[in-house]
Amino acid sequence: MNASLRLRAAIVSVALFLAFIGIWHIATRGTGAVGNMSPEYAKLMGLTATAGKSAMPGPLDVGAKLWEHLKQPFYDNGPNDKGLGIQLGYSIARVALGYLLAVIVAIPLGFLIGMSPLMNKALDPFIQVLKPISPLAWMPLALYTIKDSGLSAIFVIFICSVWPMLLNTAFGVAAVRKEWIDVARTLEVGTVRRAFTVILPAAAPTILTGMRISIGIAWLVIVAAEMLVGGTGIGYFVWNEWNNLSITNVIIAILTIGVVGMLLDQILARFTRLVTFPE
Amino acid sequence: MTDKFISIEAIAKRYPGASGGEIAVFENLWLSMARGEFGCVIGHSGCGKTTVLNILAGLDEPSEGAVIVDGQAIEGTSLDRAVIFQSHALLPWRTVLGNVAYAVTSKWRDWDRARVKAHAQTFIDLVGLTGSEHKRPSELSGGMKQRVGIARALSITPKIMLMDEPFSALDALTRGTLQDEVRRICLTTGQTAFMITHDVDEAIYLADKIFLMTNGPGAVLAEIVENPLPKDRGRTDLHRHPYYYAVRNHIVDFLVSRSKTFAADVPGHDPRNVPVVRIGVSEPTIVAAPRAIETHPAQTIAR
Repeated sequence: MNASLRLRAAIVSVALFLAFIGIWHIATRGTGAVGNMSPEYAKLMGLTATAGKSAMPGPLDVGAKLWEHLKQPFYDNGPNDKGLGIQLGYSIARVALGYLLAVIVAIPLGFLIGMSPLMNKALDPFIQVLKPISPLAWMPLALYTIKDSGLSAIFVIFICSVWPMLLNTAFGVAAVRKEWIDVARTLEVGTVRRAFTVILPAAAPTILTGMRISIGIAWLVIVAAEMLVGGTGIGYFVWNEWNNLSITNVIIAILTIGVVGMLLDQILARFTRLVTFPE
Repeated sequence: MTDKFISIEAIAKRYPGASGGEIAVFENLWLSMARGEFGCVIGHSGCGKTTVLNILAGLDEPSEGAVIVDGQAIEGTSLDRAVIFQSHALLPWRTVLGNVAYAVTSKWRDWDRARVKAHAQTFIDLVGLTGSEHKRPSELSGGMKQRVGIARALSITPKIMLMDEPFSALDALTRGTLQDEVRRICLTTGQTAFMITHDVDEAIYLADKIFLMTNGPGAVLAEIVENPLPKDRGRTDLHRHPYYYAVRNHIVDFLVSRSKTFAADVPGHDPRNVPVVRIGVSEPTIVAAPRAIETHPAQTIAR
């Protein structure tokens, strides 16, 4: 029953995909109406005006271009012409660095907040004010103080991924069942050992959920941040191809951003499953 | 009561009340137990039984008074006093062996892995869980989980075992077998144990002394009932013993009526010198009127 449900769902998914591609193909097939113009003028106007080709690339154009990119993902022909793989690599590296910094800060701080009601109350107003700030609003301040666009992008990733992790860690730590703490207390387990052997495993599923939310936000923000700072990265690639008016490449970039985001989420989901315990 | 292995001296527990003042769950509570004794506390919910146990465990602090165990005033929790929790409180991410080994390594930090494992295994075998060492708590039944809780508590060879209604969440059959296990273990090892229960039969089967507490707030330890049944009593033929109904009726009467009215009925109650009730003569016949149970003449009260 379960397998057949999965099979049926897969069939529907494929059907929807094919329908989408089909509609896309038909919609971008071409206008047909071609004006009569002199050969010199036609050279200037391009295929849209002369052959009635749609201004929007069709699925076949995108597919062909995607194949080109996949065949040569790591070429580097100077600052404005790098392979898709290189651009993605830059973005992933920035996300990884900023995210790692956020983990280093948020998890110990979340433990502190979760274990100490005093720190919880004392830090709460700061968190409440800082949390809703759009990460990109930090960008000018980061550029001004750090004076390096690459590092500024990493800082923006850090600042946007820190909050969900911090809040989830604090919540997870504070919500550890009292009886488990009592077990550790009756066994005279010290604070550090208690933190690692009782609180960390008990709060791990909640912490990992926070980390999963964070990686999603970080991946959303990196594209926007790279559009601003420029130079390298998938976000810059999107903006550069928009300036080149290569809608095909823009569509390909959108697609790859989605696929990479999904992979990052799946990795964290797998980690979450590893630390989740049945009760 | 010459040997006071556990001595609870004049403890009180107060909580801030809703309208400014303080509400005392109990005041000036005295209780003592000898080494190797099994004590059961019976009382209605809210009389502070669990608070007494938590204070004894060191998980809670009395507002006043002190608890002395083996000649020393207790301060906080200790590996000398093991707790069996009502909700078993096993760490769900650890296996059965892992849960017991966690306690063992907490007591003997310098033991190597093999020694810890062997020691933990001894106690897993003792509670009859051989073969389930590598299961996680979620794969165990309620009774098996509580067995692990017992093994964990015993594995640190505590001076006292504290049990907070350990079997109340279990079905009657499982409860019975676990009572047997606990009794067997306590008798063979001479374990001192302190248990909270709602189950009168459980108290009669397990306890040497049954402590009766009145209703809270302002609960007092009203009486200490000495169990008249022989040491070699069995769970299945408990009710055939000539003293069984006398002691049972005495406790049930207390719970039904006297626990409410005790403070008014006994104005001169001395909490330091709680009457010890010794049930001497059996309850011989079926009584016609319920009145007759209340006016049972056969109890002698010894100060």
